[in-house]
Amino acid sequence: MKKTTTLLAVLSLAFATTATAEVKNLTLVSWGGAYQASQQKAYSKPYGAENGIKFTWDESSSEAVNKLRTQAESGDISWDLVDVVAADAIRLCDEGLARPVDADSELAAAPDGTPASKDFGDLIVSECFIPQIVYSTTWGFRNDIAEWNGNKPSTICDIFDVKKFPGKRAILPGAVSNMEWGAYCAGNKDVYESLKTKEGQQAALDKWSSIKDNLVFAASAADVPQLLTDGEVVMGSTYNGRLFSLIAESGAKNVEMLWDAQVFDLDGWIVPAKLPAEREAAVMKFVKYATDTQRLADQSKYISYGPARNSSAPLVGKHADLGIDMAPHMPTDPNNAKNTILTNYEFWADYRDDIDAKWEAWKAQ
Amino acid sequence: MSEVLLTKDGRPLHQSLARALLRNKIRALLLIAPLLIFLVITYVMPIFSVLYKSVNNDVVYEIIPQTAQQLMEWEGDADTAPPEEIYASFATEMLIAAKAREHGRLGVHYNKDISGLSSKFRKLGRAIKKWDFEDGQSFKDKFVELDEFWGKPDTWAQLKVYSSPYTMGNFARAVDGNLTVDGFQMRPENERFLFKLFVRTMGLSLFITIMTIVLGYPVAWLLANVSTRTANLLMIMVLLPFWTSLLVRTASWRVLLQDSGVLNSLFQWANEKVPFLFNGAPYELMYNQLAVVIAMTHILMPFMILPMYSVMKTINPSYLRAAKSMGATDWTAFWRVYFPLTVSGIGAGAILVFILAVGYYITPAIVGGTDGIFISNSIAGYLKSNQGLGAALASLLLFIVLVLYFIYDRIVGVDNMKLG
Repeated sequence: MKKTTTLLAVLSLAFATTATAEVKNLTLVSWGGAYQASQQKAYSKPYGAENGIKFTWDESSSEAVNKLRTQAESGDISWDLVDVVAADAIRLCDEGLARPVDADSELAAAPDGTPASKDFGDLIVSECFIPQIVYSTTWGFRNDIAEWNGNKPSTICDIFDVKKFPGKRAILPGAVSNMEWGAYCAGNKDVYESLKTKEGQQAALDKWSSIKDNLVFAASAADVPQLLTDGEVVMGSTYNGRLFSLIAESGAKNVEMLWDAQVFDLDGWIVPAKLPAEREAAVMKFVKYATDTQRLADQSKYISYGPARNSSAPLVGKHADLGIDMAPHMPTDPNNAKNTILTNYEFWADYRDDIDAKWEAWKAQ
Repeated sequence: MSEVLLTKDGRPLHQSLARALLRNKIRALLLIAPLLIFLVITYVMPIFSVLYKSVNNDVVYEIIPQTAQQLMEWEGDADTAPPEEIYASFATEMLIAAKAREHGRLGVHYNKDISGLSSKFRKLGRAIKKWDFEDGQSFKDKFVELDEFWGKPDTWAQLKVYSSPYTMGNFARAVDGNLTVDGFQMRPENERFLFKLFVRTMGLSLFITIMTIVLGYPVAWLLANVSTRTANLLMIMVLLPFWTSLLVRTASWRVLLQDSGVLNSLFQWANEKVPFLFNGAPYELMYNQLAVVIAMTHILMPFMILPMYSVMKTINPSYLRAAKSMGATDWTAFWRVYFPLTVSGIGAGAILVFILAVGYYITPAIVGGTDGIFISNSIAGYLKSNQGLGAALASLLLFIVLVLYFIYDRIVGVDNMKLG
């Protein structure tokens, strides 16, 4: 008995020392590639230099939901901060795998004192979600098509006008964004209200049916710039960052952007639920820093995704390597964001399975 | 009565023999044990776990076990709402779930079959934590006050359908149907596509198999009948693509076949020189079934040629000479003597190619467009978004392949198959 007590005492002491020991290493999860590099340059490098913290990066964001489920089941949570799209954040929050965050007390206020919840505004789509960037699914088109007689598509519904703009269009294979555009151009300006009804869904699909012979379904988002470059299609929709690298980074002069009715989507952080207290404290400190006004604006030096805070917009500067002004390439820039659709996550959580089935069936017809 | 034969140590002979045989068997078993364990862990267990996932409904029984049980006992009909006790246990269990933040998981689970439930559960989870469970108001009223949806008998009849311990809902969806209050029903015409995908996968795979036989047979014959030097050279040409990454081969087909690709540029060039030739170029060679057939026939060709070759290699050339010397024409000698001897090789190749083709994923995804994708592309998609349905589709595919294998065994005979 006595032995056990001593043992317990020693063990708890051992735990106590590790518990008070400072956290020196944080594991962050992101998407890899240019996006993760932008996070490293804007957030983790300066923070690590100041605070002596090392960062380990895991490029697992695309499988974050499944992997977090497994980690939660085994009780061994090895990630401290996970970059996910908003829809995944909502799902993780629903499933109790992400920790709720109180924006006003746990995130930085804007420089002028506006509380974080106001600064992020509608973009806090879930109590667990810390918004970071706004990206959009939008269109790029070729400007060297002879049959167009010098016309350029200027509104989203020009996509469906194959008389004025003959040629093939590449679209992403999923229903999200495409159904919105179908509904919008079928004349239902309140896109999500109409998509809740069977008639509205059918109207959106019918709109796409009208140009189905001109559609190419891209296998992935990376395919679309390639199809545009090869001249396989005259227009294509994909993430704005992909089109930015085609136009600005690889300098394709014959491709332009069509920003009208771009579909906004969000990406941001979630903190896994049930982290040990000291790791949670360390990661909350980091995330407060990494999502403040200046840091979000800094990220846009390296990638063409819009900062999620209102107060960051005026601070967006030039691209770090190309030296071009980034503002005109931001989906959130006032000139580009005249007419936008913000993805309705609640709607997609409810109707995803149903609409996916209809969309796939329509594709297979 | 005959005397029992004894061995030297006094045991009956048959016992001794049995023991010796058993020992041998155990020794043999131990020798293959590593492989056996490996197979069980990496092959048998995953297959069963997929089969289980396709019918499992554990989420419901983890979160609202009592309510689910009561629902199953409830004689649900479309006109009367369930009794208060179901509402009561649902409220109790949902409160626990909401506190553990698990209510959303249940909503997501039900939402796969009943659209709109995800947000209803989320709303319920937010509200239920504020309810006063002791105020004497009936739980049913509380639920109805929150959302009329919970008062509708139909809601509960539907929940009942999807609350059995094991569900066939995923299999119903896998064949474009739906479990409803009135049992299995097909989905409306404009929502059916999975069955079509199954048919297409089978049809195209069969066609690809036939194409590899037709195109591969002469090659295998050449390989088996030319001088060793030429045969080696030919063999390298067969194997070289085989050693190249699948992704590279598929991507090269894209370069060849796309609208501005090598082939179409050639056609267009020819069309400029000789106007009536290749009228209508560029042709649509890419992102359709044609592209899938072309690319997969090429990629799977070695799997057909190699078994055929190894069988042809063993056929004694004097058989053909004998047939001809007895007056058979070339065709008769081939068709009556040579061809029947090669059937076992064709059989082996055909089943290899067909089974590989049925499960193909990358090539249809890259070159198939919408009308060329296979069922495995759908399975991969669903394994991310709806594991149950993905598992049901995979199980169905497994089942279909087993049935086809059985039929094949009946017609051709698996024993007839030879890989060399």
